[in-house]
Amino acid sequence: MNQVRVIAAFTLRESLRRRVFLVVALLTLAFLGLYALGTWQLFQELDKNELDAAGVELGIVAAATLLGLAMFATLFLGTVLAVFLTLGAVRGDAERGLLQPLLVRPVTRRTLLLGRYAAAATVCAAYVIAVFLATAVITWITGDWWPDRIVVPALGLALAVALIAALSLAGSVFLSANANGIAVFMVFGAGLVAGLLGQIGEGLGSDTLQNVANVSSWLLPFEGLYQAALAGLTADTVGFTKLAINLGPFGRAHAVGVDLWLWALVYLGLVGVWALRGFARRDL
Amino acid sequence: MPPALSVSGLEKTYGSVRALTGVDIEVGEGELVGLLGPNGAGKSTLVKIACGLVTPTAGAAAVCGAPAGSVEAHRELGYLAELFRFPDWCTGEELLVLHQKLAESEGGAAERAELLELVGLADAGGRRIGTMSKGMQQRLGLAQALIGGPRMLLLDEPTSALDPAGRRTVRALLEELRGRGVSVLLNSHLLSEVELVCDRVAIIARGALVAAGTPAELSHAGGVEVETASGARVFAEARREDAPRIVRELVAAGEEVYGVRVLTSTLEDAYLEAVGDGGGR
Repeated sequence: MNQVRVIAAFTLRESLRRRVFLVVALLTLAFLGLYALGTWQLFQELDKNELDAAGVELGIVAAATLLGLAMFATLFLGTVLAVFLTLGAVRGDAERGLLQPLLVRPVTRRTLLLGRYAAAATVCAAYVIAVFLATAVITWITGDWWPDRIVVPALGLALAVALIAALSLAGSVFLSANANGIAVFMVFGAGLVAGLLGQIGEGLGSDTLQNVANVSSWLLPFEGLYQAALAGLTADTVGFTKLAINLGPFGRAHAVGVDLWLWALVYLGLVGVWALRGFARRDL
Repeated sequence: MPPALSVSGLEKTYGSVRALTGVDIEVGEGELVGLLGPNGAGKSTLVKIACGLVTPTAGAAAVCGAPAGSVEAHRELGYLAELFRFPDWCTGEELLVLHQKLAESEGGAAERAELLELVGLADAGGRRIGTMSKGMQQRLGLAQALIGGPRMLLLDEPTSALDPAGRRTVRALLEELRGRGVSVLLNSHLLSEVELVCDRVAIIARGALVAAGTPAELSHAGGVEVETASGARVFAEARREDAPRIVRELVAAGEEVYGVRVLTSTLEDAYLEAVGDGGGR
């Protein structure tokens, strides 16, 4: 376990020295600043307590939609971070000759992979939780609205990026850095499209599209977790207000059961086993 | 006590290419063995198998009795790769600290200072690796390989980026290590270097061991040439000590002898003879 910590600490130190975290922090502050400006501007123009003719609380619709948008951006930023921290961890580093000296130490390949994963997953999970909470606080301050659930969405996002980091690290065992980065972003995009198809399917009453979304949630559980996080924002909202939210781009998210959360953990383990087996067989 | 490195029946196939076709090599305690061979002969593959970086198709390798690639083997091993690279963002000192932690070395700052001094980088430990010349990085690589006091050192072309002075430093270092009882397998293209420092030499060509012995054995006497009135006569199997007898016999047979020359081959001759034309893939 000590060796895992050594590898993880070295990985994080590299990101610090290469100013990865500085760039991420500055750009995230810029994103949060723009988000704050946008929400403040919107709620200046909107009466938060206004009800339209059908009884829709416009302030809640606006706040939930904006936070849904922020959550999408947060997941995307977390994914970018996860991919760039891991995309060349094995084959990329081996091709550059960086990996071999580390492996000719009393360090198993499993230890090295776990160290790299621990560093990436911890940073990415902490990052998405922090950004999500920050956007929730901004929405609360500017729009006077707090999501119905806060812990479940935060955990959903954290587990989603931890899964993406695992997929990217596993991909780095088999693919070159460029190919791996492209592959993970395409898988990420496919998951999001499947989720959108599900929302459209629900709106149109199409079982086929909903089935596509459900199957995708199981094949790519990060998508299901994102849907769970999105659904958690307005879990207790009902009536025409909920209907109005569902008509928006971040509405109609389907809440997932405990089984998908458990499957996500099993999936993480399976990806880990796949990566470890591939790494154990790889000639360096 | 098991040998520092033992390789038996080692085979490695990459697709349709047979990189090693059954190699046996042993490096004894405190022995310095040179590994020679043309490009693509299988030298680096052999070293990588001994390090556990490459899995053999058949055969086995062991370091100090432990299977190659095992944690126990790695505890006894130091390695400098041919195509090595270290993180350019950290300093030499930080790199050594990392390897001390991974090797669970308790040498601390004293070990780092001693190794940096040994490779001639005493004043450059705090310098960022990205700003070091290739030669300096290679010296740092040697210091890295010596972290934790390994019993077996695998050096793959350790002087390829060094100038003549740097090479001399490495030669002195290898002799110092031999004095400390460290075993070394030195993979090099520089025959003169190998001839100067190695106790034994193994020559690999086309994935097979084609010659092995001490540099003196390989640079064997190539016969005796006697210049007589009827022309030069070569006694190919004769050695230096046979020369007086040959002369006596020729004179007794009525030949007029004008000169005698003992023929010797250099390690380079032995190498070229062993690997043939090319010898790589």
